[in-house]
Amino acid sequence: MANIIEGLYYCESHEYVRVEDGFGYIGITDYAQHALGNVVYIDMPEADDEVTAGEEFGAVESVKAASDLVSPVSGKVVEVNEDLEETPGLVNKDAYGNWIIKVELSDPNELTSLMDAAAYAAFIEKK
Amino acid sequence: MNSKLYGNLIFELSHPGSKGYSLPSNPYEPTELPKALLREQKPELPACDELTVARHYTNHSGNNFSVDNGFYPLGSCTMKYNPAINEEMAALQAFTRLHPRQPQNTCQGALELCHTLQQSLAELTGMADFTLNPFAGAHGELTGLMIIRNYHQSRGDTKRTKVIVPDSAHGTNPASAAVCGLEVVEVQSTPEGLVDVEALKPLLGDDVAAMMMTNPNTLGLFEKDIPEIAQSVHACGGLLYYDGANLNPLLGVCRPGDMGFDVMHVNLHKTFSTPHGGGGPGSGPVGVKDFLVPFLPSPHIVKTEAGFGIADDSFIHVGQHLGNFLTNVRALTYILTLGREHLRTVGPLATLNANYIKEMLKDVYELPIEGLCKHEFVFNGLKDKSTGVTTMHVAKRLLDYGYHAPTIYFPLLFPEAMMIEPTENESKQTLDNFIAVMRQIAQEAKDTPETVQSAPHNTPIRRVDDVLAATHPILTYKQLLHDN
Amino acid sequence: MTYKFFPHTDADVQAMLQRIGVESLSDLYADVPEDLKLKRDFALPGAKSEIEVRRFFEQLAQKNQVLTCFAGAGTYDHYAPAIIPTLIGRSEFLTSYTPYQAEVSQGTLHYIFEFQSMMAELTGMDVSNASMYDGSTATAEAMLMAANNSKKSNRVLISATTDEKIIRVVQTYAHFQGVQLDIVPAKDGVTDHERLQEMIAEAPTAGLIVQQPNRYGIIEDFTGMASLCHDNKALFIINSVAADLALLKTPGEWGADVAVGDGQTLGIPMSYGGPGVGYMCVTEKLMRKMPGRIVGQTVDAEGRRAFVLTLQAREQHIRRQKATSNICSNQSLMALYVTIYMALMGNQGLKEAAQLSCDGAHYLYNRLIADKRFTPSFQQPFLNEFCVDYDGNLDALLQRLADHGILGGVEVDGHLMIAVTEQRTKEEIDLLISLCHEQ
Repeated sequence: MANIIEGLYYCESHEYVRVEDGFGYIGITDYAQHALGNVVYIDMPEADDEVTAGEEFGAVESVKAASDLVSPVSGKVVEVNEDLEETPGLVNKDAYGNWIIKVELSDPNELTSLMDAAAYAAFIEKK
Repeated sequence: MNSKLYGNLIFELSHPGSKGYSLPSNPYEPTELPKALLREQKPELPACDELTVARHYTNHSGNNFSVDNGFYPLGSCTMKYNPAINEEMAALQAFTRLHPRQPQNTCQGALELCHTLQQSLAELTGMADFTLNPFAGAHGELTGLMIIRNYHQSRGDTKRTKVIVPDSAHGTNPASAAVCGLEVVEVQSTPEGLVDVEALKPLLGDDVAAMMMTNPNTLGLFEKDIPEIAQSVHACGGLLYYDGANLNPLLGVCRPGDMGFDVMHVNLHKTFSTPHGGGGPGSGPVGVKDFLVPFLPSPHIVKTEAGFGIADDSFIHVGQHLGNFLTNVRALTYILTLGREHLRTVGPLATLNANYIKEMLKDVYELPIEGLCKHEFVFNGLKDKSTGVTTMHVAKRLLDYGYHAPTIYFPLLFPEAMMIEPTENESKQTLDNFIAVMRQIAQEAKDTPETVQSAPHNTPIRRVDDVLAATHPILTYKQLLHDN
Repeated sequence: MTYKFFPHTDADVQAMLQRIGVESLSDLYADVPEDLKLKRDFALPGAKSEIEVRRFFEQLAQKNQVLTCFAGAGTYDHYAPAIIPTLIGRSEFLTSYTPYQAEVSQGTLHYIFEFQSMMAELTGMDVSNASMYDGSTATAEAMLMAANNSKKSNRVLISATTDEKIIRVVQTYAHFQGVQLDIVPAKDGVTDHERLQEMIAEAPTAGLIVQQPNRYGIIEDFTGMASLCHDNKALFIINSVAADLALLKTPGEWGADVAVGDGQTLGIPMSYGGPGVGYMCVTEKLMRKMPGRIVGQTVDAEGRRAFVLTLQAREQHIRRQKATSNICSNQSLMALYVTIYMALMGNQGLKEAAQLSCDGAHYLYNRLIADKRFTPSFQQPFLNEFCVDYDGNLDALLQRLADHGILGGVEVDGHLMIAVTEQRTKEEIDLLISLCHEQ
């Protein structure tokens, strides 16, 4: 059973965003890391790149699969999680503790169209 | 195959001062080239005598599985026997020592040979003409799609940017479409494993450049609705592309051209017995109907009154010369050796072999779609799912018994897919032995599942850590040295 | 029914049909609509015995002339040690499949790893893939890589001094992919540096492609090009004839991001143009953007060193339309030619062969231009291939040489381009000179 955390926002492509002080920390959900298996590489944007809600900003690769990363929100990338460059497998150990990018939200209203924990739990239940 | 690993790298056998070559002495004045144009750092290459090199590669060959030492039930790969006569003909000096820019009057034999192959493939597939230039199947797909796009563009029909691909298609189909600048639209399969014609129809419109199909499809099933599909695709102005990866079972029975396909490629390394060579060189000639002949890539071999010549007037160029010529020599050797009578038997015997294995194993392996198959079929893993033994485990256990693994986890329609294709060259005895082993593995899965799950045991190496390889890439000897 | 490649006896076929539950082979095709079936024999010749097959091909072979080769333009008549075909012909290499099952493919995986290591050394780059189809498609793939790598530009520049056939292949790929390919003009036979700077300044650029030696055999000076590219966030791509890198400044030393080209010159017969082998080497930074197969080191379950196909998430069988390329195979067996060749020759042998070719070419050049009808096309350095202008009928000259069993070169933009390799003897060169001067 995949772990789902209260207080985060989720989207259907299995990314989450945790909002703190106007910044969004975006990563993949525990469900997503399970489905992918051992993550071997994460293709990340660079700081200062812009991301747009609903659009790709990178990819997560396992040995035998790859999945695009779709941003749940829009904004400017202020930081990427450099630990994941060296040890991408951290995402498998703790998907929520190891966010991928930190974004300065340009439109916090976008959060309202995302799922909360209960809705996401129901969403993956149906899969 | 040896079961003991010979694991050296040639760099580790290097003995500075040794050499494995002899060249004539240099009778000329030394040339002075500007220093700034010369390399400063010398390449770290091995220094070895000839026998060391001979033993090294001979020993490494012992670590390989190959058609000549065992059966490959490898779906969609058509691992035929590669006749020795093909190799002998491809080694003729009058072929190997030809320069591609020789005057045409000094290489009429080579041109005639290629032209004969073009014409033979056209007859075998029901197409008007072929180009031999594409280097491989995927390259053929790309070439074929370029021809299609160029055709539409030449008529001012520029909004055709979509390619329809079934969900069971080979991964190269969508990738080729993308490289050709086309957008991929997937069409679903029915529960019976065929293209869903009703789901297809709404996708067809004036933005469709082509639909790509294999027939039989990757489940080994004949797409019997192909006349209706062809008619619908043509009615919307699109063209129909035949992925020749699965042509083998149709040899002698029916031809893509007669089914309504406009463009196709043939994998000579599958249907026409040229060796796979550990992953190439292959050859992927592309055939077209009459109206597309002007769009075939350049250079293109034509027959004229003066002899055989090379036309060079197409916009499309997919390689510098005439493709993998020596691979094409092998394919023509095969066609001439079998001749019209034996070529007709290829498809039916391959199909017989596949159906036989399927019937003999379907009580222990799950057959998701019943009925006749063509050259291949797909099991969805073991019937008994309670043992914890997966398709991967069965595949690896087969290696212990001296068989190559089937194609696994493809097509994507079944989670435990195991795709099996025997060719016409395999005897009933070989198939019976294989069937017995497959049954034995099914039994082991019940009795001693851990033996199967930890397979292989008798191969030169055990299962590899591919996560380590991908997280910590070491791709050269220099990186390997620095890593230690 | 039995035939040397069909082991089934009639009894086997009957037994198998019975097990399947059908009566005849044609019943296996009951699902194929009748009107799609071919109801006639193929209009092809009947089966041939091996004796007849040999005779057929020998007759074709007689219609080819094997000439003493002074032609190049990308394909060269270099020497290859006799043991290479013997080792290549081992059926364990020849008849094996792509090494997806690492446990039973260590032979292939080892030599590909060696190939990658050697190509990285030769080009002075960090990493190599497992090989590409040929030099022209490798260049086209590098162009696509540059376009994909750039976030801001879809424009790639290619020097007009690149081989015409390579340019045409790159143009084809660029056209369908929607990449804007602009040609940097030539000046005195080399890339016009001034125009290049202007063109890069005009619009964002994703990559620059140049060739070394170039389409006229000239060794170009690429000084400043790498920084020009990098200052403008463009990839610097150099296409080189592999064997020439034994002597020439390497793509790595020029500061290239991508090195591509053909490896035919490393032990592979000319074979009327194919199969050869393309190569692609890149900097470590671009490793995951590289198309094609890649072999990497790992360990097996018992901790032993092993090799495996890796970084596969870039490839078509996983990423489908989002793959870095549609390439699915490599020219694996041809990569083995190159690997064995370099193992035998080593650095010393590669250098000696290249030097012999270079010195022979300069010997020929100096004597040829002693006759006033042959003038140098350019005043530029060259290695083993050069252009001259002939004041006379070039076609007639080449035909006359062919009548004497000599392939005297190829015509490039109206120039006669002549190549010399270590396989040409001084006597052959002297004969060529005397035939040219007699004309």
